[in-house]
Amino acid sequence: MGGVRLFAHQLRADLLRFWRNPQSRYFTVLLPIVFLVIFAAIFKGRTIVDGKTIPITTFYVPAITTLGIISASFVNVTIAVVTQRESGELKRLRGTPLPASFVISSRAVVGVVVAVVMSALLLTLGWLAYGVSIPSSIVGLTIAVVVGAASFACIAFAFSTRVHTADAAAPATNLAVLPLYFISGVFVPESQIPRFLRDIATVFPIHHLAKALLLPFTRTHGAALAGGDLLIVAAWGIAALLLAARTFQWSPHAAS
Amino acid sequence: MSLASAVLPASRGSHRDLVEVVHVRGLRKSYGGREVVCGIDLDVRRGEVYAFLGPNGAGKTTTVEILEGYRSRDGGEVSVLDRDPASVDRAWRARVGLVLQSCTMPPELTVRELVGLYAGYYPHPREAAETIELVGLADKRDSRVAQLSGGQLRRLDVALALIGDPELVFLDEPTTGFDPSARHHAWEVIASLRELGKTIFLTTHYMDEAQALADRVAIIAAGEIVATGTPETLGGRDRALSDISFSLPAGAGVATLPAELSEVAQLRDGRVHIQAREPARALYALGGWALGHGDDLHDLTVGRPTLEDIYLELTAERSPDGGLTAERSPGGGLTAERSPDGGLTAERSPGGGLTAERSPDGGERG
Repeated sequence: MGGVRLFAHQLRADLLRFWRNPQSRYFTVLLPIVFLVIFAAIFKGRTIVDGKTIPITTFYVPAITTLGIISASFVNVTIAVVTQRESGELKRLRGTPLPASFVISSRAVVGVVVAVVMSALLLTLGWLAYGVSIPSSIVGLTIAVVVGAASFACIAFAFSTRVHTADAAAPATNLAVLPLYFISGVFVPESQIPRFLRDIATVFPIHHLAKALLLPFTRTHGAALAGGDLLIVAAWGIAALLLAARTFQWSPHAAS
Repeated sequence: MSLASAVLPASRGSHRDLVEVVHVRGLRKSYGGREVVCGIDLDVRRGEVYAFLGPNGAGKTTTVEILEGYRSRDGGEVSVLDRDPASVDRAWRARVGLVLQSCTMPPELTVRELVGLYAGYYPHPREAAETIELVGLADKRDSRVAQLSGGQLRRLDVALALIGDPELVFLDEPTTGFDPSARHHAWEVIASLRELGKTIFLTTHYMDEAQALADRVAIIAAGEIVATGTPETLGGRDRALSDISFSLPAGAGVATLPAELSEVAQLRDGRVHIQAREPARALYALGGWALGHGDDLHDLTVGRPTLEDIYLELTAERSPDGGLTAERSPGGGLTAERSPDGGLTAERSPGGGLTAERSPDGGERG
């Protein structure tokens, strides 16, 4: 089997496993949709973003898309990698001719594919239910989604080495992202967050991904590409990948 | 693959490769200054079932993982399928099948999907349906992995090891946790692999498994090979004395035995044991003596040391903490227990079967 066909063979199985796993179906697919519906129901009116007054639903569609992308890539990939490693599956795969890079990159591509699908679902829901207009720069939005998902998948590989049991994977990822959602302009608009918390948030990539996703919704002309923010997100991803290349573990932690 | 390439060694392959699939000389490995493999030699020949036995912590898993390419070594010469497993490529991986000690399968896929997935990893895979049939999972082929029993999962694991049509298969404790009928089915599968011409490197805790399957056996204890041979000759088993045992008839003492027997007779647990070099001669004398007392020897047993007896004897001598104790039970069988830290408990049941289990804290290490 050639390289491309072998990769497609692995990716198909990994996508099937994602879709058949109830945990990923509910937490990755259903939860962001529920969040958008709840936030849109609780918060009414308009908010100020970058000096512009916009309907609050126009803020929440890209904000919850940030959460959807991070769930699909960071949370989902971390849980998948830790579970496969601790069950001995990664070790076994390493004993087959399947290249190690395919095992890893196939998981990352699953994260990106699910992130793109989730973004499309949330965008469609916002348009149908809340009248949020589809951004004119759909290319700019797509680039932000793919760069974000790929970077957060890479962060997942580095993060997975710090999680030692399958049971700890879900709580550990949530502990990492939930506080950042509050201060990074995901759950509440940035204009309502105290300055010092905002300053902390700018260190981490969630803040920058949220800004990059929001831009196409507030800027109705041009590419609406938040190049600086996306570069910071990508830099996190590349740094994490380099770290993971040195620290990634294939054998179960319990039997090392 | 043409007939010629199946029979003849690869052009760069040495003559040794034709005969020896695994060649190990002076293998060493230490963890934190403690040497767990102390310069061992192994030779596994093409087409044989080679059983590698040893108590937990003896260096067994470390050795196997070095051969499989999972662990590095500190010293010695290792060749597996004419390659150093410390630096192997995809082509080598395609020639080796693995059943690891524990592996959980992806629960979301069906048996057929998972076997098909692994088939795609190999250049010349076996027929998936036929491989599922071989391990006896044909009626489960469309079941999700999550719905399989422990024994069925292990058989699926064997199917995944075989799907690439490997020359050499490592089976690390393939039947641990099986019920007796599942184990006998697994043995049939392993025996059929030998008929397919595969070389099998088997590690096991079960002596009857080694006895039933192995062409040759090696025992490792405290990091050293203490015995190698066929199951029949291991540790001088074929030359060992027979053990004749019986209860004394009422009113008879050991001293009344014929002289050549009373000299060697020992009384243990209310039974007389005689270690006989010539069992027929001893039994002839014994029979005359019993009938002379107007009685018979109703519970007479004549035993030979089992593979398990030899194993326990050899590993007890080398036990680092001296924690292994072995003694003969009244039934002529053998019970051995190791102190809680040692992890191995084995006992022979009345039916002659062997059960062995690990203590919770004695998991296989090293």
